[in-house]
Amino acid sequence: MPPHADSSPTQVPARDPDRPRDMISFDGVSKSWGENKVLRSLNFEVGAGEKVSIIGPSGSGKTTILRILMTLETPDQGLVTVNGGTLWDVKSGTKPKETKQTIAARRNVGMVFQQFNLFPHMTTLQNVIEAPVHVLKMDKEEATARAVDLLEMVGLSKHLSHKPPQLSGGQQQRVAIARALAMRPKVMLFDEPTSALDPELIGEVLGVIRELAHSTDMTMLMVTHEMRFAEEISDRVVMFDSGVVVEQGAPSEIFKNPTHERTRKFLRAVLER
Amino acid sequence: MSYAVPLLFRGLLVTLLVTVLGTIVAAVTAFTAGLGRLSQHKFLRWPAGIFVEVFRGTSLVVQLFWLFFALPAFGIQLAPLTAAVLALGLNEGAYAAEIVRGTISSRAAGQNEACVALGMARALRLRRVLIPQSIPAMLPPFGNVMVDLLKNTSLVSLVTVSDLTFRAGFVRNAMGHTTAVYLIILVIYFVLSQVISAFSKWMERRFALDRVPRSVTKAARMQAVGSGGGPT
Amino acid sequence: MTWDNSYALSILPDLFSGLWVTIQVTLAGILIALVVGLVVAVIRYSRIPLVSNIFGFYVQFIRGTPLLVQAYIAFFVLPSYGLSFSALATGIVVIGLNYSAYTAEVYRSGIADVDTGQWEAATALSLPLGRTWTRIVLPQALRSVVPLLGNYLIQMFKDSAVLFAITVYELMGHALALGSSSYRYLEPLTIAGLLFFLVSYPSSHLVRILERRLAPSR
Repeated sequence: MPPHADSSPTQVPARDPDRPRDMISFDGVSKSWGENKVLRSLNFEVGAGEKVSIIGPSGSGKTTILRILMTLETPDQGLVTVNGGTLWDVKSGTKPKETKQTIAARRNVGMVFQQFNLFPHMTTLQNVIEAPVHVLKMDKEEATARAVDLLEMVGLSKHLSHKPPQLSGGQQQRVAIARALAMRPKVMLFDEPTSALDPELIGEVLGVIRELAHSTDMTMLMVTHEMRFAEEISDRVVMFDSGVVVEQGAPSEIFKNPTHERTRKFLRAVLER
Repeated sequence: MSYAVPLLFRGLLVTLLVTVLGTIVAAVTAFTAGLGRLSQHKFLRWPAGIFVEVFRGTSLVVQLFWLFFALPAFGIQLAPLTAAVLALGLNEGAYAAEIVRGTISSRAAGQNEACVALGMARALRLRRVLIPQSIPAMLPPFGNVMVDLLKNTSLVSLVTVSDLTFRAGFVRNAMGHTTAVYLIILVIYFVLSQVISAFSKWMERRFALDRVPRSVTKAARMQAVGSGGGPT
Repeated sequence: MTWDNSYALSILPDLFSGLWVTIQVTLAGILIALVVGLVVAVIRYSRIPLVSNIFGFYVQFIRGTPLLVQAYIAFFVLPSYGLSFSALATGIVVIGLNYSAYTAEVYRSGIADVDTGQWEAATALSLPLGRTWTRIVLPQALRSVVPLLGNYLIQMFKDSAVLFAITVYELMGHALALGSSSYRYLEPLTIAGLLFFLVSYPSSHLVRILERRLAPSR
C-alpha cells in the first residue's frame, strides 16, 4: 500500500470484485459503544497465509477487529467474510444475527486470549481435546494423539495431567495456543498474547508464535505491544487509531520510516520506554 | 366477601405489629449476642455462642410452640402475642447476631491497629470506631432480616395470634371463599415484603460510607470532561 | 410440674418415626429444589424474552411470601381445581418449589461468578451452547455454591416443621399430637427441638468443613 503524505488516515480502497478472495475481509464495518465510534466503516483485508500485526494505542479499536472476527462482538454495520464464507452481513439499522453461515465461517478462526481463558477444572490434555472431540466429533484416541503432539510442539509434554492453576502464565498461554491449534483453524488471532505475562515468561510464548509464523502457512492476525516481535515475524504491520487504519505496510517501512504523524508519535512513545 | 375486608385489615395490623416488635427484639438480641461473641471474656462469649447455635439449630416453629405450650410446665404462661414476638425476635436475632459479628470483625483488622496506635482501649474502639463503621454494612442484611421476620409472622397464626394468616383461615372456614382469600393475603405479604426491601435499599444508599454529599458531586460533574468508555 | 423422664423415654419411638418423616420430606424436597432451581437459574441467565422475566417474577414472589400461606394454597386451593394429592406429596412439592426460588438465586450467583473469559474461550472453540453449559460453565459454577446449597438443605430440614399445618405427619405433628393427647407438651416439644438440633448442628459443621475444603483449590 503506497503511503500517503497527508494527515488524513489511510483507508484501504473498497474491494475490487475481480480480485481473488482474501482469507479475511472487512467491508464497511462500523461499531460503536454508545457515543464511542470504535470502528468507522473499516475496509480491511488479510490474504491467505499472511502474518499481520496490528499496533496502536489503547482504545483504538484493534481488539474489536479480532473480537468481531471471533464473533465475540457484533458489528453495527458491514460485511465480514472469512475464507470466502460470510461471517457477518449487517445492514445499517438492523440487528446482527448469528446465522448458520456465521457458525460455519467461525470454524475457520481460532483465538488466543490475553487472559489465556483455559478451563481450570480440566487438565492440560483435557483442555486441548475438549473441542475436537465435541465439535469436530473426533475420536477420543485420535484427538488425544493430536493433542499430545501439539503440546509437545509448545514444549509442555510433561504437563499433560496438570491443571491450569498449577501452571505458570507462560505455560498456560502455550497450552491455550495448542488448544486453539487443535481445531485446525485457517486463521489464528492473537489478542495481546503476552500482555498479561511476567516479563521473563514472554519469551517462551513468543517463541511458539514465532515458530508458527515461520513454519506454517496459517493466516495470523496479532494485536500486540511487542514491537520488535511484530517487526520480526509480520508480513504487514497495521497502525490503528481511533477506529481507522492510520497506516499500514511492510514492517521495515512502518517501524523505520513511518509516514504519518500519529504513527510516529505512537512509536516514539512506545519504543522509548 | 365485604365482611372479610375489615377482618383482614385487623389481621394486617396485627401482622405489622408483630413484625415491628419482632424486629426490635431481634435487633437487641443480635447486638447483644453478636457483641457477646466478639468479647474477650469467655463468660460472655460462651453463653452468646450457645444461645446463637441453639436458636439457629432448632426450628422456629418448635421454638414458637415451646414458648407457648411448654413453658407453662414451669409456671410461666405467656400470652400468645408475647410468645410470638419473643420466639420470632430471638430466632431471627440469633441469625442476625452473625451479621453483626461478621461485619464488625471484618472491619476489625486495619481499624484495630489504628486504634491501638492512638491508644484507644478496646471498648472505646468498639463503640466509637468499629460499630459506627459497621452499621452501613449491616443495613442490607438487616433488610433481609426484616423481610424474613415478616414472612415468619404467618406462623403465629398457629398459636392463635389473630394475624393476617389467622384471619384468612377464619374467613375461609366461615365463608368458604378459599381461593380468593389466600391469594389476597399472599399478594398483601408480597407487597409488604417489597416495601420493606425498597425501604432497606433506600437506607443502604442514604447511610453508605462512600456516599458523597450532593453538593460535592454536582461540582465534580460540572468539571468533568471526557467521553464514555469502550473496549480497545 | 416439670420433666417426667419415664414419659419422655416412652414417647421417643413415636418422635423418632416423626423425625424419619421429616428427613424424607427434606430429602425429597431438596431434590425438587435443586433441579427446579437449576432450570430456573439457567433460563434466567440466558435471558430468553418473556420466559426469563416470568421466572424472575416467580422467584421474587415466592421469596417475598410466607411458606405457610403457600402451603395452605396448595392444600386448600388446588383441590378445587381438580388437583388433589396426598398431604405428604403436597408438602414436599410446596417446600421444594419454595426453596427452588432460593437455590435459583444461589445458582445464578455461581454462574455469574464464572469468568466471562470462559464463555469467550468456548465461543472461540466453537463449542455449542449446551456443551458450554454442561462441560465448562456449570462445573465451575456449581463447585463454588455447594456449601450454600448445603446450608439451604439444613434450613429446609428445620422449615419442614411448618408442614404439620397441612396435616403432614412429621416430627412437629407427632410432638403436638402427643402433647394434646397427654396434656404434657414440655417433653414432646423439648425432645422435638433437641432432635432438630442434633441433626442440624453437626450438619452445619460438615457444611463449614466442606466450604473450607472447596475454597482454596482455585
